Amino acid sequence: MTRQYATVYVGGLFLGIEVAKVQEVMRHQEMTDVPLAPAAITGLINLRGQIVIAVDTQRSLGLTRDAASRPSCNIIIRSEGGGVSLLVDDIGDVLDVPVEAFAPVPENMPVERKDLIEGVYNLHDRLLLVLDTKRLLQRACG
Amino acid sequence: MVQDEDVREFLIESNENLANLDRQLVELEERPEDATLIADVFRTVHTIKGTSGFFGFDKLGAITHVAENILSQLRERQRELTPATASLILESVDAVKVILANIEATGGEGDNGYFDLRQRLEAAYRGEAAAGQIPPEAAGPVPVVVKAEVAPAEQKAIEPKPTEGKLKGEESGAAASNLADSTIRVDVQLLDKLMNLVGELVLARNQLIQDTSSENSHLSGTSQRLNLITSELQEGVMKMRMQPIGVVWNKLPRVVRDLAAECGKKIQIEMDGAETELDKTIIEAIKDPLTHIVRNSCDHGIEQPELRIERGKSPAGRILLRAYHEGGHVNIEISDDGGGIDAERVKAKARDKGLLRSEQLAQLSEREATQLIFLPGFSTAEKVTNISGRGVGMDVVKTNIEKIGGTVDVFNNPSAGMTVRIKIPLTLAIIPGLVVAVEGSVTETGDISRRQRFVIPQANLLELVRIEGEEKLTQIQDVHGTAVYQHRGRLLPLAYLNRVLGLTKSTEARDVLNIVVLQVEDRQLGLVVDHISDTQEIVVKPLGKELKGLNCYVGATIMGDGRVALILDVAGVARLAGIGPRSGEGAKGDSEQAEVVQSLMQRLLLFSAGRFRRLAAPLALVSRLEEFPASRVERASGRPVLHYRGQILPLVHLASALNGSEIDTCGEEGSILVVVFSNGSRSVGLVVDRILDIVEGAITVTRPSTTAGLLGSAVVADTLTDFIDLNALVRLAGDDWIDAAAKPRAKASTVLLVEPSLVVREMLRSYLEMAGYRISESASLQDAAGKLLRGGIDAVVTALDLQPGNGWELLETIRGNERLRGLPVIGLAGGAGHRSPSHSEGLSFERIQSAADREGLRQAIGDLICNADGELMPAGAK
Repeated sequence: MTRQYATVYVGGLFLGIEVAKVQEVMRHQEMTDVPLAPAAITGLINLRGQIVIAVDTQRSLGLTRDAASRPSCNIIIRSEGGGVSLLVDDIGDVLDVPVEAFAPVPENMPVERKDLIEGVYNLHDRLLLVLDTKRLLQRACG
Repeated sequence: MVQDEDVREFLIESNENLANLDRQLVELEERPEDATLIADVFRTVHTIKGTSGFFGFDKLGAITHVAENILSQLRERQRELTPATASLILESVDAVKVILANIEATGGEGDNGYFDLRQRLEAAYRGEAAAGQIPPEAAGPVPVVVKAEVAPAEQKAIEPKPTEGKLKGEESGAAASNLADSTIRVDVQLLDKLMNLVGELVLARNQLIQDTSSENSHLSGTSQRLNLITSELQEGVMKMRMQPIGVVWNKLPRVVRDLAAECGKKIQIEMDGAETELDKTIIEAIKDPLTHIVRNSCDHGIEQPELRIERGKSPAGRILLRAYHEGGHVNIEISDDGGGIDAERVKAKARDKGLLRSEQLAQLSEREATQLIFLPGFSTAEKVTNISGRGVGMDVVKTNIEKIGGTVDVFNNPSAGMTVRIKIPLTLAIIPGLVVAVEGSVTETGDISRRQRFVIPQANLLELVRIEGEEKLTQIQDVHGTAVYQHRGRLLPLAYLNRVLGLTKSTEARDVLNIVVLQVEDRQLGLVVDHISDTQEIVVKPLGKELKGLNCYVGATIMGDGRVALILDVAGVARLAGIGPRSGEGAKGDSEQAEVVQSLMQRLLLFSAGRFRRLAAPLALVSRLEEFPASRVERASGRPVLHYRGQILPLVHLASALNGSEIDTCGEEGSILVVVFSNGSRSVGLVVDRILDIVEGAITVTRPSTTAGLLGSAVVADTLTDFIDLNALVRLAGDDWIDAAAKPRAKASTVLLVEPSLVVREMLRSYLEMAGYRISESASLQDAAGKLLRGGIDAVVTALDLQPGNGWELLETIRGNERLRGLPVIGLAGGAGHRSPSHSEGLSFERIQSAADREGLRQAIGDLICNADGELMPAGAK
């Protein structure tokens, strides 16, 4: 039995998002800032006529980011409002991972991140962290 | 879900007709002779009966059949519409609704055969209940006519379907032709789709206009035509979705009638503005809240007839519904002339439910107490009746209204009634807006500067003003921190958009100022922006719920170049700039120079004495409130005193003191009310007439007072209030009683207090003097520097904002001086928020205290001076 995840790279972490939650994936998009919005909300994007908010995933995970660097890819997650874009450093492949490789969140993960990760998959060369997108959005929009 | 297309049609049509039926029947009770009404009602029931036969819905048919017969009698004037009959028919209508709902959900009529109802209908029809039938003997010749006509009516009813079929054909034919002429039913989803498409069309048109503005004249001509057509199309489509609010109000007469009957009250409902149109989505959203509010009025608001008569009101209560357009909003008001909201009961309920603590409740003004009903979990019904329902409260109403971007407010008139006002913005999809831009930094470190575009809805726009050079100096003034512009004889408060949005911290002036003059509810404000572009038609797209908390934006739009721009919520921006509907400006006439002073959140004790109906003193200075019998007042050295808690308490009779007259004896009758101010070892008592309230509020002084004993007057909780000058009053009471120090010291320490605001300075001074310090005051940087150089100062407390100059400059002066270097300096920050005591240049205060935290300030001074132990402490050693 396998599960499918869309994978992304964020601040050195390798994250997976359930494929069913992903609407689409895009390269860099022109963004408009939202002054006075919470720090993790980077701005607004025009997605074919829909206005979608862009969330800085790295910040939301509690990782600091060098102010000069900018995440360049958007992964659009479905949501009731029509979609939210998570800003990531790079997009990986869609992976089929075996269910047996699943393990619960390691105890030693920093607490800000622990809440946002649903679990991990032990792949032979690395660890895939499953992102809880709902919680991530809640945290970002505070 | 029913699949059959015809049945669906039947359901839709019947529901539509039934929607009107409730209201019509209630109206019919008021005007029983209205032939058109009866005919309408009859036709509705008749149609349902006929069609139900066609589909084989027997139960439905049976009920409507007898109901129709009764209505027929009414129509032929063989019968009078009594309340009992009306109720019976309404009951049938309810039963019909239930069956229709069952058909919609399951395809079948449901199990209830409504036998009891049908029997009662039959009985009523045959006159056996004897309630509605005109008694044969009473009316003379009429009964003969009646009897004669009854026979043919019965005949009609017994005759088989063919006649009915014919009737149905005729009647519904007539009905159909009426309707078919003027209206057509459209699926709401299709309408939504059309709306979206038109929105996209507008965007495309905008882009096209931008692209073709210059060159090809032929193309530009065509695009102009496209422009016009699009505008008209857009207008038309928006109109399609509008419905009159009467559609929702229709149901309410019935609701009121039923509730009134249940409670044994008499209630009338009036509607004004039922034709006011709203977008369909808004209508859906306010349906339930409106019903709930009306129910509340019936259930809790309007009193029983006997009680109303006692109160001098008419026995029938009145509920008035009003709807009207105003300035880009739709206002809906629901007023009743009932008992209003009892602030005390509301407070008690809030306390019982654990929503607020007693201390917090005690400080609430009447208006704030009324607002408590919006708290979740609140309901004043002692018993939860079916009527207002369980779990539905005003908090749910508020949430639902706010979801569509509206506001709810309650205006209470105790014993006379109350009004609920709902304001809903008409943020329909497409509005004209002015595009503006500000320069500002984008990142936190401020290294990237970019021009950011925003849109201001034209509905709020009054005019555009451009000021350059010379004019800037003369027309713009800084009134204690708020920039104002003299515009057409009034003072217009200014807000700098880039500062309001936190895009820049710099206050550097520019040569040219672009001011957008806006109307915000009942006030005007000038928004300063860097660039003004053109006015465009923009498509408003709502911001996702993630950004709902930001109340400075109303939505966003996509501009001609494909990029997103935020649409400003003018009221929200005004609030952020500190220029709300009740701003710091307290002057009556706008043309006068308003003396705007910093505000300070304070807890104040309000009381009255003599002809001064409303006086205030900071609660922090008050030790106790006491009541004594007047006979206890004694005299010592000619001054009134009291034996109080082992001390001798000197008294000041406030009313006399403020009048400037001799300190009077406090009268021999009854008791006296004393507010005791204390510094720990010595106290003074002010004799007042009444304690009014304790409020927490910002103080905005309008003018200093010329009366000895008063600091000045300000607006507190919406009313003009005088502030007492405790020092002056105490001096009036006799010797300087404030010389006892809190701690034994060789000599009292002198603190230099530097604070430009008179009110704030006086208050701090009073407080610190009572704590035992000697205070030297200064209102400006220069004066303070001068006093410092003259020596004798042990500590400095300075405001950070000194106008001109700031506390840092004073600090610099102090640290730069040999003699003064070691002085402890405390900075005063107005308002909440921590500031770091260190400046980037390496200067630092010993402490930064909040001006509102007087206790903390006293402590800080005490610590710093004490630590010195007679010697001055080197700066920065802490």
